[in-house]
Amino acid sequence: MLITCPYCGPRDVIEFTYQGDGNRERPDSASQNFEAWNAYVYDRLNPAGDHNEIWQHSGGCRAHLRVVRNTLTHEISSVAFVRGDHQGRGDHGSAARRKAEDKA
Amino acid sequence: MAEYSAFSLLANALKGNKDWKPAWRKPDPKASYDVIIIGGGGHGLATAYYLAKEHGITNVAVVEKGWLGSGNVGRNTTAVRSNYLLPANTRFYEHSMKLWENLSHELNYNVMFSQRGCLNLAHTPAQFDDYARRGNAMRHLGVDAELMTKAEIKRLIPALDVSDSARFPVVGGLMQRRAGTARHDAVAWGYARGADRRGVDIIENCEVTGFLRDGDRISGVTTSRGDIRARKVAMAVAGSTGRVMQLAGIETMPIESHVLQAFVTESLKPFIDTVVTFGMGHFYMSQSDKGGLIYGGDIDGYNSYAQRGNLPVVDEVMSEMLALFPGLARVRMLRSWGGVCDMSMDGSPIITTGPLPGMYLNCGWCYGGFKATPASGWCFAWTIAKDQPHDLNAPFTLDRFHRGLVIDDKGQGANPRLH
Repeated sequence: MLITCPYCGPRDVIEFTYQGDGNRERPDSASQNFEAWNAYVYDRLNPAGDHNEIWQHSGGCRAHLRVVRNTLTHEISSVAFVRGDHQGRGDHGSAARRKAEDKA
Repeated sequence: MAEYSAFSLLANALKGNKDWKPAWRKPDPKASYDVIIIGGGGHGLATAYYLAKEHGITNVAVVEKGWLGSGNVGRNTTAVRSNYLLPANTRFYEHSMKLWENLSHELNYNVMFSQRGCLNLAHTPAQFDDYARRGNAMRHLGVDAELMTKAEIKRLIPALDVSDSARFPVVGGLMQRRAGTARHDAVAWGYARGADRRGVDIIENCEVTGFLRDGDRISGVTTSRGDIRARKVAMAVAGSTGRVMQLAGIETMPIESHVLQAFVTESLKPFIDTVVTFGMGHFYMSQSDKGGLIYGGDIDGYNSYAQRGNLPVVDEVMSEMLALFPGLARVRMLRSWGGVCDMSMDGSPIITTGPLPGMYLNCGWCYGGFKATPASGWCFAWTIAKDQPHDLNAPFTLDRFHRGLVIDDKGQGANPRLH
């Protein structure tokens, strides 16, 4: 599996560290909303198909990347820097948080 | 239905093996059942068997999207053990071990359960101390465990490199003698035949495409072979848990699906007569009766529903194998394959009623589901029949994450790829 780092170009997956589901949205550190924290820590969409996820090019430029990868085929359809990018972030995290906040 | 004996083997051999009867029926689905079990793998079939045998509930269908046992029950490395640290896990897996010890007799089907022991290698004094702690925790709950010195390990596994020049020299190990291996396909087939004989319909090539509802209550499933109604719908779909729950409208679960690879070498003469695990990485190996070394390592480490993995883990597993057994360097690998594991947030399973009315859930087996098969089915059947968990599976709820009651044997935190 190759990931095309926007800075370094196509590199083998062994250069990258998987950092998990990119849909999750961390609540504000001061937040005492238990439901939102619970959703952030434990709940996952776990889709069979395109998955929005975070990888770090830890064996290269060390940039954090937002990768859309198909979990059925391992095919990668987009790679972008995480920094400054709020595009492409699934609305699951915020939707779950809003729902939790409504409850609380 | 098929019966096996020395006489029937001989008679069928002489007649060209043309007269064997199928071990289970291939019924069409009825319009309704008392219980539908989604997933015809080890856990689903064991659940159906114990529902019929222990609770007298025989109007049961097991629906399977592929062929029987085509998922993880046929894709694992067949190890069976109960060497856990935390009491909830130890009790549950020890119950499983006791069911394993009588399983061939119980099913009248040879599952080739072989208590050849499982040895966890320690490579530092601190790790050896940690194993002493785990061994004591196991013995405290009546499970066998013994510490082994390097000299004892050398006698047990002559091929293992225990020299001081090994990459990670062996300090000692923790042995569970009652652990071992079983013939994985036979477990699925034995439970299937046992359930079928008690009246359970096993319906293969029948994929669940949605759920029927009666108000809030789940009242059946829509499938590729038509709608089937049931008072109770139970799920035992391992790596597909997220997908099937989404069909029921539950968007998120405390589970990620990951792929685990396994490997087998060409057949060798007797080489190792126990199950051995590496303590400085993630590697485990045993030898099948056919002679092939069966081994595996870590999951690939990123979400995957593909029943195949990538090369970095293959490379890593082979390196670990050679760190322990340099003499295997020229042995050829015959096959490799992958299975989709339902990695939970604390590394422990979920066997519970709900989360929707009329639904029962069995999932979160990470990559340790095979050894749990008998107890998983036994506890899940109890939970379905009585609408409440048995004491053994009461801690394995779905809401334990929400309530702060996680059962994290490795202490890894909510990071499924590390369990």
